[in-house]
Amino acid sequence: MTDYEFCAGHDLYGHMACPGCGEKILLRHVLDVLGPETIIVCPAGCGAVTDGIFPHSIAPVPFLHVPFGATASAAAGIRAGLDMSGREEVTVLAWAGDGATFDIGMGPLSAIAERNENILYCCYDNEAYMNTGVQRSSATPVGSWTTTTPRGHLKTEPKKNIGAIMAAHRIPYFATCSPAFLDDLKMKVTRAGKMKGMRFLHLFSPCPPGWKSDPRDGITLSRLAVECNIFPLYEILDGEKYRLTHRSQGLPVAEYLHKQGRFRYLSDTEKKIIQTDADQFYGLLVSRQDREKNR
Amino acid sequence: MRQVISGNEATSLAVKLARVAAISAYPITPQTTISEKLSEICGSGELNAKFVKVESEHSAMATLIGAASTGVRTFTATSAQGLALMHELLFWASGARLPIVLVDVNRAMAAPWTIWCDQTDSLAQRDTGWLQFYCWSNQEIFDSIICSFKIAEELLVPCMVCYDGFFSSHTYEAVDVAGQSEVDRFLPPRKAEYFLDTKNPQTFSGGTLPGYFMEFRYKLQQAFDRAHGVIDRTYGEFAEQFGRKYDNIESYFTDDAEAVLVASGSAASTALHTVRKLRLDGKKVGLLRIRQLRPFPEQALIDALKPGQQLGVLDRNLSPGTGGVFTQEIRAALGRQGKNQPVYEFVAGLGGRDITENDIKTIFAMLGNGQGDLTQINWVGLKT
Repeated sequence: MTDYEFCAGHDLYGHMACPGCGEKILLRHVLDVLGPETIIVCPAGCGAVTDGIFPHSIAPVPFLHVPFGATASAAAGIRAGLDMSGREEVTVLAWAGDGATFDIGMGPLSAIAERNENILYCCYDNEAYMNTGVQRSSATPVGSWTTTTPRGHLKTEPKKNIGAIMAAHRIPYFATCSPAFLDDLKMKVTRAGKMKGMRFLHLFSPCPPGWKSDPRDGITLSRLAVECNIFPLYEILDGEKYRLTHRSQGLPVAEYLHKQGRFRYLSDTEKKIIQTDADQFYGLLVSRQDREKNR
Repeated sequence: MRQVISGNEATSLAVKLARVAAISAYPITPQTTISEKLSEICGSGELNAKFVKVESEHSAMATLIGAASTGVRTFTATSAQGLALMHELLFWASGARLPIVLVDVNRAMAAPWTIWCDQTDSLAQRDTGWLQFYCWSNQEIFDSIICSFKIAEELLVPCMVCYDGFFSSHTYEAVDVAGQSEVDRFLPPRKAEYFLDTKNPQTFSGGTLPGYFMEFRYKLQQAFDRAHGVIDRTYGEFAEQFGRKYDNIESYFTDDAEAVLVASGSAASTALHTVRKLRLDGKKVGLLRIRQLRPFPEQALIDALKPGQQLGVLDRNLSPGTGGVFTQEIRAALGRQGKNQPVYEFVAGLGGRDITENDIKTIFAMLGNGQGDLTQINWVGLKT
């Protein structure tokens, strides 16, 4: 493994994220790999707020704040400006939460994917509008409590499949990453960083206040999400070639669910549905991978 | 070189000659032919620019916010619903002090559906922190765009150049198109002091508490205060080099006029034509053409008015619940200057209805014989 040091000793010191926040861990490690020739564009959300309040900023690279639904388009604009001023080698890193990506920014995201813009788009997914105080997004998993899916009206719809959406655009690279599997994460960021065109990394981002979980459990939950097939680690090349990068232990989803207050209202039937969905999704990924091998 | 071109072609040529580096736009009538022409110009290599073909006007402005933040020169064009869709980002562009230039080809806001001209779309954006110019000829469109880049980049304030849909955008006129070297001499490349630079990492437009926000707005207002001088100087330099002079308020036959009409856009040219005719009949009428809304040319307006003149304002726009936007702006300016000058308000030409010579004559007749109502909107050409 390469020795990544860009953020070492920096550790994004002074950030304003909650204890146990996954987003800042992810940002630190992504930047470690990408290094200083990177420009961040970030919309409203936890990532924007926790960067610091004017005149403070923890960002070790240029950081452009943009409105909520503007991430992807602003990233394309930065790319255009850099390319027109002889700075083609600088990486444009779009850094957005699930609300900004799955919901309000979906149109522009689809557009830059369709145009295959030379952008590395990272979605730190904490599975709800956490910065505004836990409202459901289309990334919120089925059965989850949020302030807009309260007890008795838990979310009934499954999480939007962002991987399939990105794959349908046939972008060069899509991958899922977890803060519990840093070697895997750094391998994927390295790989994505060396490619040109539209690259999308889906980052699993634990949120103790929103998930009603213990701040110390963030990495455990991230690991369980992978091992329970809730958040499998995989990549998709050119929208077609699926590859699992970690063989899951296939643990029961209950181990993941019961550590989080947001799932405490689930019935046994609902838990079974979640288990079936997780198994099916992992099975689908395995079959897509095998189909590729047998080609 | 003089060429017979449409208003939208004048825009495209000016953008090319201004050596814009990043363009982003989304099709909307009557702006679309600008995007088409610029696509050709970029595609052929006549202009070395990146044209980002986005999926909405919201994205067009977001793209330019990103591009302008890297320090390059940027341009977009839109109309009506498209401008409204950009609304959020217009504030962002000015708050972030990005010198983006936007052409708004004026079109009425739906509902009901319409593609035809009025100025409500851009006037509704008056509080977004953009400089605003209103043109009446294709030559002025060309010249204003060249000047706008210079003004915007000096002030770090975005600039909107507006002209009437179809009446100007699709009408062909002779335009003196300057050569590249002449434009280069007038408009040097943009030199951004602050931009996204990996050699000097900075954070832009981050979260700001009440302890600082007002100072950001105060500085923006200061830029608009300075804008009066910068605009006058820039158009002065332009006149010196190109021989065409523009003032933010232009007076025609007002010295001895008993009744004066304030108008903007293409309707002002109809008004001038009518004033000339009425003068031949011995009527003492005059025209003030207003070509700048932000910053509002208050002093120039006061200087242009003579005591005792009957003053009317022709508004091709409507702010329901109060009336024409130019009228309200002018009343506010007069009030601020302590002038007790009655202002008659005429609303005409909404949604592309022609404003005719007869309409202008009707307005002057009402101004002359006291038929106008000072307390409410005087609708012109309304079917009742």
